[in-house]
Amino acid sequence: MDDKTLIARRVALELKDGDLVNLGIGLPTMVAQYLPPGIDVSFQSENGIVGMQALPAGVSPSADLTDAGGAPIGALPGAFAFDSAMSFGLIRGGHLDITVLGGLQVDELGQLANWMVPGKMVPGMGGAMDLVSGAKRVIVAMTHTAKGAPKILKRCTLPLTSIRSVDLIVTEMAVIRTTPEGLVLSEVAPGVSVDQVLAATQAHLIVPDDVSVMAVAA
Amino acid sequence: MPGKIRSRDEIIAQFKDGQTVMCGGMHNHGTPNALIQCVIDSGARHLTVISIDSADANLTLGRLFHHRLVDKIITSYIGRNTEVVAMLEAGEIEVEFVPQGSLVERVRCGGAGLGGVLTKTGLGTVVEEGRQIVEVNGTGEKYLLETALRADIGLVRARMADPLGNLAYRGTMRNFNPLIATAADLTLVDADMLMDVDEIGIDRIGTPGVYVDMVLAK
Repeated sequence: MDDKTLIARRVALELKDGDLVNLGIGLPTMVAQYLPPGIDVSFQSENGIVGMQALPAGVSPSADLTDAGGAPIGALPGAFAFDSAMSFGLIRGGHLDITVLGGLQVDELGQLANWMVPGKMVPGMGGAMDLVSGAKRVIVAMTHTAKGAPKILKRCTLPLTSIRSVDLIVTEMAVIRTTPEGLVLSEVAPGVSVDQVLAATQAHLIVPDDVSVMAVAA
Repeated sequence: MPGKIRSRDEIIAQFKDGQTVMCGGMHNHGTPNALIQCVIDSGARHLTVISIDSADANLTLGRLFHHRLVDKIITSYIGRNTEVVAMLEAGEIEVEFVPQGSLVERVRCGGAGLGGVLTKTGLGTVVEEGRQIVEVNGTGEKYLLETALRADIGLVRARMADPLGNLAYRGTMRNFNPLIATAADLTLVDADMLMDVDEIGIDRIGTPGVYVDMVLAK
Protein backbone atom coordinates (compact mmCIF):
# COMPACT_ATOMS: atom_id res chain seq x y z
CA MET A 1 0.00 0.00 0.00
CA ASP A 2 1.46 3.39 -0.95
CA ASP A 3 1.74 6.19 1.61
CA LYS A 4 -1.23 8.20 0.39
CA THR A 5 -3.54 5.19 0.37
CA LEU A 6 -2.46 4.28 3.90
CA ILE A 7 -3.18 7.82 5.12
CA ALA A 8 -6.57 7.95 3.37
CA ARG A 9 -7.57 4.58 4.81
CA ARG A 10 -6.66 5.67 8.34
CA VAL A 11 -8.48 8.99 8.05
CA ALA A 12 -11.59 7.15 6.81
CA LEU A 13 -11.91 5.53 10.26
CA GLU A 14 -12.41 9.00 11.78
CA LEU A 15 -15.70 9.57 9.95
CA LYS A 16 -18.84 8.85 11.97
CA ASP A 17 -22.30 8.01 10.79
CA GLY A 18 -24.21 11.19 9.96
CA ASP A 19 -21.15 13.45 9.70
CA LEU A 20 -21.07 16.35 7.26
CA VAL A 21 -17.58 16.26 5.78
CA ASN A 22 -15.45 18.49 3.55
CA LEU A 23 -12.48 16.83 1.83
CA GLY A 24 -9.70 18.98 0.42
CA ILE A 25 -8.33 18.49 -3.08
CA GLY A 26 -5.71 15.76 -3.59
CA LEU A 27 -4.99 13.14 -0.93
CA PRO A 28 -8.00 14.08 1.28
CA THR A 29 -10.37 13.36 -1.62
CA MET A 30 -9.19 9.72 -1.56
CA VAL A 31 -10.76 9.28 1.90
CA ALA A 32 -14.23 8.97 0.34
CA GLN A 33 -13.18 5.70 -1.33
CA TYR A 34 -12.53 3.98 1.99
CA LEU A 35 -15.63 4.70 4.07
CA PRO A 36 -16.19 1.80 6.46
CA PRO A 37 -19.36 -0.23 5.77
CA GLY A 38 -22.45 1.07 7.54
CA ILE A 39 -21.06 4.59 7.85
CA ASP A 40 -23.23 7.08 6.02
CA VAL A 41 -21.76 10.58 5.70
CA SER A 42 -22.56 13.61 3.53
CA PHE A 43 -19.82 15.36 1.61
CA GLN A 44 -19.86 19.12 1.15
CA SER A 45 -17.94 21.12 -1.42
CA GLU A 46 -17.17 24.85 -1.00
CA ASN A 47 -18.61 25.80 -4.37
CA GLY A 48 -22.03 24.97 -2.98
CA ILE A 49 -23.26 21.40 -2.68
CA VAL A 50 -24.04 18.88 0.04
CA GLY A 51 -24.58 15.30 -1.06
CA MET A 52 -21.91 15.04 -3.73
CA GLN A 53 -20.40 11.73 -4.78
CA ALA A 54 -17.78 10.66 -7.30
CA LEU A 55 -19.18 10.79 -10.82
CA PRO A 56 -20.78 7.37 -11.23
CA ALA A 57 -19.61 5.18 -14.11
CA GLY A 58 -21.77 5.69 -17.17
CA VAL A 59 -23.11 9.07 -16.05
CA SER A 60 -22.09 11.92 -18.35
CA PRO A 61 -20.44 14.90 -16.64
CA SER A 62 -22.37 18.18 -16.33
CA ALA A 63 -20.78 21.64 -16.30
CA ASP A 64 -23.36 22.57 -13.67
CA LEU A 65 -22.41 19.79 -11.26
CA THR A 66 -18.77 20.12 -10.23
CA ASP A 67 -16.66 20.10 -7.08
CA ALA A 68 -14.60 23.00 -5.72
CA GLY A 69 -11.81 22.15 -8.14
CA GLY A 70 -14.14 22.22 -11.14
CA ALA A 71 -14.11 18.44 -11.60
CA PRO A 72 -17.40 16.75 -12.54
CA ILE A 73 -19.25 15.01 -9.70
CA GLY A 74 -22.46 13.16 -9.09
CA ALA A 75 -25.30 14.12 -6.75
CA LEU A 76 -26.81 11.56 -4.40
CA PRO A 77 -30.58 11.48 -3.89
CA GLY A 78 -31.36 14.32 -1.49
CA ALA A 79 -28.35 16.40 -2.53
CA PHE A 80 -28.82 20.17 -2.61
CA ALA A 81 -26.96 23.07 -4.15
CA PHE A 82 -26.59 26.60 -2.77
CA ASP A 83 -24.57 29.76 -3.17
CA SER A 84 -21.13 30.57 -1.78
CA ALA A 85 -22.48 32.63 1.15
CA MET A 86 -24.47 29.67 2.48
CA SER A 87 -21.57 27.34 1.75
CA PHE A 88 -19.17 29.32 3.92
CA GLY A 89 -21.82 30.11 6.50
CA LEU A 90 -22.15 26.37 6.88
CA ILE A 91 -18.37 26.01 7.22
CA ARG A 92 -17.80 28.86 9.69
CA GLY A 93 -21.06 28.42 11.55
CA GLY A 94 -20.22 25.09 13.16
CA HIS A 95 -22.39 22.98 10.83
CA LEU A 96 -19.48 21.11 9.26
CA ASP A 97 -18.42 18.14 11.40
CA ILE A 98 -15.07 17.36 9.82
CA THR A 99 -12.69 18.86 7.32
CA VAL A 100 -9.71 16.90 6.00
CA LEU A 101 -6.91 18.99 4.51
CA GLY A 102 -3.38 18.53 3.27
CA GLY A 103 -0.51 20.18 5.11
CA LEU A 104 2.90 21.69 4.50
CA GLN A 105 3.73 22.08 8.21
CA VAL A 106 2.06 21.54 11.60
CA ASP A 107 3.60 22.73 14.86
CA GLU A 108 3.53 21.93 18.59
CA LEU A 109 0.54 24.24 19.06
CA GLY A 110 -1.32 22.22 16.43
CA GLN A 111 -1.20 25.16 14.05
CA LEU A 112 -1.30 24.33 10.35
CA ALA A 113 0.49 25.99 7.45
CA ASN A 114 -0.77 24.74 4.11
CA TRP A 115 -1.36 27.58 1.69
CA MET A 116 1.82 29.35 0.69
CA VAL A 117 5.58 29.20 0.42
CA PRO A 118 6.73 32.84 0.18
CA GLY A 119 8.67 33.51 -3.01
CA LYS A 120 7.93 30.02 -4.35
CA MET A 121 4.28 29.14 -4.28
CA VAL A 122 1.70 31.88 -3.79
CA PRO A 123 -1.57 30.43 -5.06
CA GLY A 124 -3.91 31.99 -2.49
CA MET A 125 -5.70 30.40 0.44
CA GLY A 126 -8.96 29.60 -1.33
CA GLY A 127 -11.32 28.27 1.34
CA ALA A 128 -8.64 26.70 3.56
CA MET A 129 -8.58 29.45 6.21
CA ASP A 130 -12.37 29.33 6.62
CA LEU A 131 -12.34 25.52 6.83
CA VAL A 132 -9.62 25.36 9.48
CA SER A 133 -11.11 28.24 11.48
CA GLY A 134 -14.67 27.00 11.30
CA ALA A 135 -15.04 23.22 11.06
CA LYS A 136 -15.86 21.36 14.27
CA ARG A 137 -12.97 18.95 13.73
CA VAL A 138 -9.89 19.49 11.57
CA ILE A 139 -7.83 16.52 10.36
CA VAL A 140 -4.54 17.05 8.57
CA ALA A 141 -3.67 14.26 6.13
CA MET A 142 -0.10 14.60 4.93
CA THR A 143 3.19 12.81 4.43
CA HIS A 144 5.33 12.86 7.56
CA THR A 145 8.34 14.47 5.89
CA ALA A 146 9.11 16.38 2.69
CA LYS A 147 12.25 15.13 0.93
CA GLY A 148 13.40 13.80 4.29
CA ALA A 149 12.80 17.05 6.18
CA PRO A 150 10.31 16.97 9.07
CA LYS A 151 6.97 18.71 8.50
CA ILE A 152 5.86 18.46 12.12
CA LEU A 153 7.87 21.26 13.72
CA LYS A 154 8.29 23.16 16.98
CA ARG A 155 6.92 26.23 15.21
CA CYS A 156 5.70 26.60 11.65
CA THR A 157 8.08 28.63 9.52
CA LEU A 158 5.54 29.10 6.73
CA PRO A 159 2.56 31.48 6.98
CA LEU A 160 -0.21 29.95 9.09
CA THR A 161 -3.58 28.94 7.73
CA SER A 162 -5.22 29.57 11.12
CA ILE A 163 -4.18 30.07 14.73
CA ARG A 164 -6.80 27.50 15.73
CA SER A 165 -5.25 24.13 16.59
CA VAL A 166 -6.07 21.23 14.30
CA ASP A 167 -7.37 18.09 16.03
CA LEU A 168 -5.58 15.18 14.42
CA ILE A 169 -2.55 14.62 12.19
CA VAL A 170 -2.46 11.44 10.12
CA THR A 171 0.72 10.56 8.22
CA GLU A 172 2.14 7.37 6.68
CA MET A 173 4.16 6.92 9.89
CA ALA A 174 1.86 7.94 12.71
CA VAL A 175 -1.37 9.31 14.11
CA ILE A 176 -0.81 12.34 16.34
CA ARG A 177 -3.43 13.99 18.52
CA THR A 178 -3.26 17.62 19.57
CA THR A 179 -3.90 18.23 23.28
CA PRO A 180 -3.51 21.24 25.60
CA GLU A 181 -0.32 19.55 26.86
CA GLY A 182 1.13 19.18 23.37
CA LEU A 183 1.28 16.68 20.53
CA VAL A 184 0.59 13.09 21.59
CA LEU A 185 1.78 10.14 19.53
CA SER A 186 -1.21 7.82 19.65
CA GLU A 187 -0.50 5.34 16.85
CA VAL A 188 2.39 4.19 14.68
CA ALA A 189 1.98 2.66 11.24
CA PRO A 190 2.55 -1.09 10.86
CA GLY A 191 6.30 -1.75 10.74
CA VAL A 192 7.23 1.71 12.04
CA SER A 193 8.82 2.14 15.47
CA VAL A 194 8.24 4.96 17.94
CA ASP A 195 11.91 5.89 17.58
CA GLN A 196 11.57 6.18 13.81
CA VAL A 197 8.63 8.56 14.25
CA LEU A 198 10.55 10.65 16.80
CA ALA A 199 13.55 10.83 14.46
CA ALA A 200 11.35 12.10 11.62
CA THR A 201 9.63 14.71 13.80
CA GLN A 202 11.13 18.01 14.95
CA ALA A 203 8.31 18.86 17.36
CA HIS A 204 8.31 17.36 20.84
CA LEU A 205 5.95 14.38 20.92
CA ILE A 206 4.43 13.09 24.12
CA VAL A 207 4.75 9.28 23.98
CA PRO A 208 2.27 7.43 26.16
CA ASP A 209 2.91 3.86 27.31
CA ASP A 210 0.17 2.50 25.10
CA VAL A 211 1.05 3.66 21.56
CA SER A 212 -0.98 1.36 19.34
CA VAL A 213 -0.45 0.18 15.80
CA MET A 214 -2.44 2.09 13.22
CA ALA A 215 -5.59 0.37 12.00
CA VAL A 216 -6.78 1.20 8.51
CA ALA A 217 -10.07 0.89 6.68
CA ALA A 218 -10.35 -1.92 4.16
CA MET B 1 -39.60 40.65 -24.20
CA PRO B 2 -37.46 43.01 -24.40
CA GLY B 3 -37.74 44.59 -20.90
CA LYS B 4 -34.18 44.31 -19.58
CA ILE B 5 -32.99 42.25 -22.54
CA ARG B 6 -30.23 44.21 -24.28
CA SER B 7 -28.26 43.73 -27.46
CA ARG B 8 -24.63 42.76 -27.40
CA ASP B 9 -23.64 46.25 -28.64
CA GLU B 10 -25.52 47.94 -25.79
CA ILE B 11 -23.80 45.68 -23.27
CA ILE B 12 -20.36 46.26 -24.80
CA ALA B 13 -20.89 50.04 -24.53
CA GLN B 14 -21.07 49.77 -20.73
CA PHE B 15 -17.40 48.88 -20.23
CA LYS B 16 -14.82 51.63 -19.68
CA ASP B 17 -11.14 51.77 -18.76
CA GLY B 18 -10.41 51.54 -15.04
CA GLN B 19 -13.70 49.97 -13.97
CA THR B 20 -14.05 47.44 -11.18
CA VAL B 21 -15.75 44.30 -12.49
CA MET B 22 -17.04 41.46 -10.31
CA CYS B 23 -17.47 38.10 -11.98
CA GLY B 24 -19.28 34.93 -10.95
CA GLY B 25 -17.99 31.40 -11.44
CA MET B 26 -15.55 29.05 -9.79
CA HIS B 27 -12.75 27.22 -11.59
CA ASN B 28 -14.31 27.86 -15.02
CA HIS B 29 -17.82 26.75 -13.99
CA GLY B 30 -20.84 29.00 -13.66
CA THR B 31 -18.86 31.73 -15.44
CA PRO B 32 -20.66 34.28 -17.67
CA ASN B 33 -18.51 33.55 -20.71
CA ALA B 34 -20.58 35.56 -23.20
CA LEU B 35 -20.18 38.67 -21.03
CA ILE B 36 -16.44 38.07 -20.72
CA GLN B 37 -16.29 38.13 -24.51
CA CYS B 38 -18.18 41.48 -24.38
CA VAL B 39 -15.50 42.89 -22.02
CA ILE B 40 -12.77 41.80 -24.41
CA ASP B 41 -14.59 43.25 -27.41
CA SER B 42 -15.18 46.57 -25.60
CA GLY B 43 -11.44 47.24 -25.49
CA ALA B 44 -11.67 48.35 -21.83
CA ARG B 45 -8.36 48.06 -20.00
CA HIS B 46 -6.83 48.66 -16.57
CA LEU B 47 -9.69 46.80 -14.93
CA THR B 48 -9.91 45.64 -11.33
CA VAL B 49 -11.48 42.18 -11.14
CA ILE B 50 -13.20 40.68 -8.08
CA SER B 51 -13.71 36.92 -8.36
CA ILE B 52 -13.34 33.70 -6.36
CA ASP B 53 -10.40 32.57 -8.48
CA SER B 54 -8.64 33.55 -11.70
CA ALA B 55 -9.78 30.42 -13.61
CA ASP B 56 -7.29 28.69 -15.90
CA ALA B 57 -4.93 30.33 -18.38
CA ASN B 58 -6.92 31.79 -21.28
CA LEU B 59 -10.10 29.95 -20.31
CA THR B 60 -13.39 31.58 -19.17
CA LEU B 61 -12.48 34.49 -16.83
CA GLY B 62 -8.82 33.68 -17.49
CA ARG B 63 -9.17 35.26 -20.94
CA LEU B 64 -9.25 38.75 -19.39
CA PHE B 65 -5.77 38.19 -17.93
CA HIS B 66 -4.53 36.58 -21.13
CA HIS B 67 -5.50 39.76 -23.00
CA ARG B 68 -3.76 41.91 -20.35
CA LEU B 69 -6.91 43.85 -19.48
CA VAL B 70 -6.55 43.59 -15.70
CA ASP B 71 -4.34 45.69 -13.39
CA LYS B 72 -5.56 44.19 -10.13
CA ILE B 73 -7.49 41.16 -8.92
CA ILE B 74 -9.15 40.70 -5.53
CA THR B 75 -9.53 36.94 -5.14
CA SER B 76 -8.99 33.87 -2.97
CA TYR B 77 -7.00 31.76 -5.44
CA ILE B 78 -4.82 32.14 -8.55
CA GLY B 79 -2.88 28.86 -8.32
CA ARG B 80 -4.30 27.21 -11.42
CA ASN B 81 -3.81 30.14 -13.78
CA THR B 82 -0.18 29.91 -14.88
CA GLU B 83 -0.43 33.25 -16.69
CA VAL B 84 -1.63 35.15 -13.62
CA VAL B 85 1.01 33.46 -11.44
CA ALA B 86 3.69 34.55 -13.93
CA MET B 87 2.26 38.09 -14.10
CA LEU B 88 2.34 38.33 -10.31
CA GLU B 89 5.97 37.17 -10.23
CA ALA B 90 6.85 39.73 -12.92
CA GLY B 91 5.04 42.53 -11.07
CA GLU B 92 2.58 42.94 -13.94
CA ILE B 93 -0.56 42.50 -11.85
CA GLU B 94 -1.55 43.36 -8.30
CA VAL B 95 -3.17 40.50 -6.38
CA GLU B 96 -5.12 41.04 -3.16
CA PHE B 97 -5.83 37.68 -1.51
CA VAL B 98 -8.94 37.34 0.63
CA PRO B 99 -10.08 34.08 2.25
CA GLN B 100 -12.89 32.74 0.11
CA GLY B 101 -15.59 32.89 2.77
CA SER B 102 -14.58 36.42 3.71
CA LEU B 103 -14.55 37.54 0.08
CA VAL B 104 -18.08 36.25 -0.38
CA GLU B 105 -19.26 38.00 2.79
CA ARG B 106 -17.61 41.28 1.73
CA VAL B 107 -19.60 41.19 -1.48
CA ARG B 108 -22.78 40.21 0.37
CA CYS B 109 -22.27 43.23 2.63
CA GLY B 110 -21.72 45.45 -0.39
CA GLY B 111 -25.09 44.44 -1.73
CA ALA B 112 -26.94 44.52 1.58
CA GLY B 113 -26.08 47.98 2.86
CA LEU B 114 -23.67 46.72 5.51
CA GLY B 115 -20.25 48.17 6.26
CA GLY B 116 -18.62 44.82 6.85
CA VAL B 117 -18.58 41.62 8.88
CA LEU B 118 -16.56 40.26 11.79
CA THR B 119 -14.88 36.88 11.26
CA LYS B 120 -12.34 34.64 12.97
CA THR B 121 -11.03 33.57 9.58
CA GLY B 122 -7.54 34.99 9.03
CA LEU B 123 -7.08 36.11 12.64
CA GLY B 124 -3.43 35.77 13.64
CA THR B 125 -2.32 35.16 10.03
CA VAL B 126 -0.89 37.40 7.30
CA VAL B 127 -4.49 38.28 6.40
CA GLU B 128 -4.49 40.59 9.45
CA GLU B 129 -2.24 43.01 7.60
CA GLY B 130 -4.15 46.21 6.88
CA ARG B 131 -7.27 44.96 8.66
CA GLN B 132 -8.84 46.19 11.87
CA ILE B 133 -9.09 43.76 14.79
CA VAL B 134 -12.34 44.22 16.67
CA GLU B 135 -12.96 43.05 20.20
CA VAL B 136 -16.68 42.75 20.73
CA ASN B 137 -17.82 44.60 23.84
CA GLY B 138 -17.60 42.58 26.99
CA THR B 139 -16.95 39.20 25.35
CA GLY B 140 -13.17 39.36 24.99
CA GLU B 141 -13.67 37.71 21.59
CA LYS B 142 -11.50 39.09 18.81
CA TYR B 143 -12.45 39.19 15.16
CA LEU B 144 -11.13 40.58 11.90
CA LEU B 145 -13.20 43.29 10.29
CA GLU B 146 -13.82 42.48 6.63
CA THR B 147 -15.19 45.55 4.88
CA ALA B 148 -17.87 45.66 2.18
CA LEU B 149 -16.94 45.35 -1.48
CA ARG B 150 -18.86 46.73 -4.45
CA ALA B 151 -18.12 47.01 -8.15
CA ASP B 152 -19.04 49.22 -11.08
CA ILE B 153 -20.21 46.21 -13.03
CA GLY B 154 -21.27 42.72 -11.96
CA LEU B 155 -21.11 39.83 -14.44
CA VAL B 156 -23.59 37.07 -13.58
CA ARG B 157 -24.26 33.69 -15.13
CA ALA B 158 -27.71 32.16 -14.75
CA ARG B 159 -29.57 29.21 -16.17
CA MET B 160 -32.69 31.23 -16.91
CA ALA B 161 -33.60 34.92 -17.13
CA ASP B 162 -36.86 36.68 -17.92
CA PRO B 163 -37.44 40.23 -19.26
CA LEU B 164 -37.88 41.53 -15.70
CA GLY B 165 -34.38 40.27 -14.88
CA ASN B 166 -35.57 37.44 -12.63
CA LEU B 167 -32.95 34.69 -12.60
CA ALA B 168 -32.84 30.97 -11.88
CA TYR B 169 -29.68 28.97 -11.35
CA ARG B 170 -28.79 25.34 -11.83
CA GLY B 171 -26.67 23.03 -9.69
CA THR B 172 -23.27 24.28 -8.61
CA MET B 173 -23.18 27.01 -11.27
CA ARG B 174 -24.66 29.47 -8.82
CA ASN B 175 -21.62 29.79 -6.47
CA PHE B 176 -20.68 33.51 -6.36
CA ASN B 177 -23.29 34.64 -8.91
CA PRO B 178 -26.29 35.48 -6.65
CA LEU B 179 -24.04 37.56 -4.37
CA ILE B 180 -22.50 39.49 -7.25
CA ALA B 181 -25.95 40.25 -8.62
CA THR B 182 -26.62 42.35 -5.50
CA ALA B 183 -23.39 44.33 -5.22
CA ALA B 184 -22.68 46.15 -8.48
CA ASP B 185 -23.89 49.53 -9.77
CA LEU B 186 -24.72 47.78 -13.03
CA THR B 187 -25.59 44.07 -13.02
CA LEU B 188 -25.30 42.26 -16.36
CA VAL B 189 -26.53 38.71 -16.93
CA ASP B 190 -25.52 35.92 -19.28
CA ALA B 191 -28.36 33.39 -19.15
CA ASP B 192 -28.47 30.03 -20.90
CA MET B 193 -32.19 30.41 -21.57
CA LEU B 194 -34.44 33.46 -21.97
CA MET B 195 -37.92 32.88 -20.59
CA ASP B 196 -41.18 34.79 -20.67
CA VAL B 197 -42.43 36.64 -17.59
CA ASP B 198 -43.90 34.16 -15.08
CA GLU B 199 -42.38 31.22 -16.90
CA ILE B 200 -39.60 30.65 -14.35
CA GLY B 201 -42.02 30.42 -11.43
CA ILE B 202 -42.11 32.34 -8.19
CA ASP B 203 -40.41 29.61 -6.13
CA ARG B 204 -37.70 28.92 -8.69
CA ILE B 205 -36.35 32.48 -8.90
CA GLY B 206 -32.94 32.67 -7.22
CA THR B 207 -32.23 36.34 -7.89
CA PRO B 208 -35.15 38.77 -8.12
CA GLY B 209 -35.12 41.06 -11.12
CA VAL B 210 -34.82 44.17 -8.94
CA TYR B 211 -31.08 43.43 -8.72
CA VAL B 212 -30.60 43.03 -12.46
CA ASP B 213 -30.07 45.83 -14.99
CA MET B 214 -29.41 44.13 -18.30
CA VAL B 215 -29.71 40.62 -19.71
CA LEU B 216 -27.66 39.78 -22.77
CA ALA B 217 -29.92 38.99 -25.75
CA LYS B 218 -29.53 35.68 -27.56
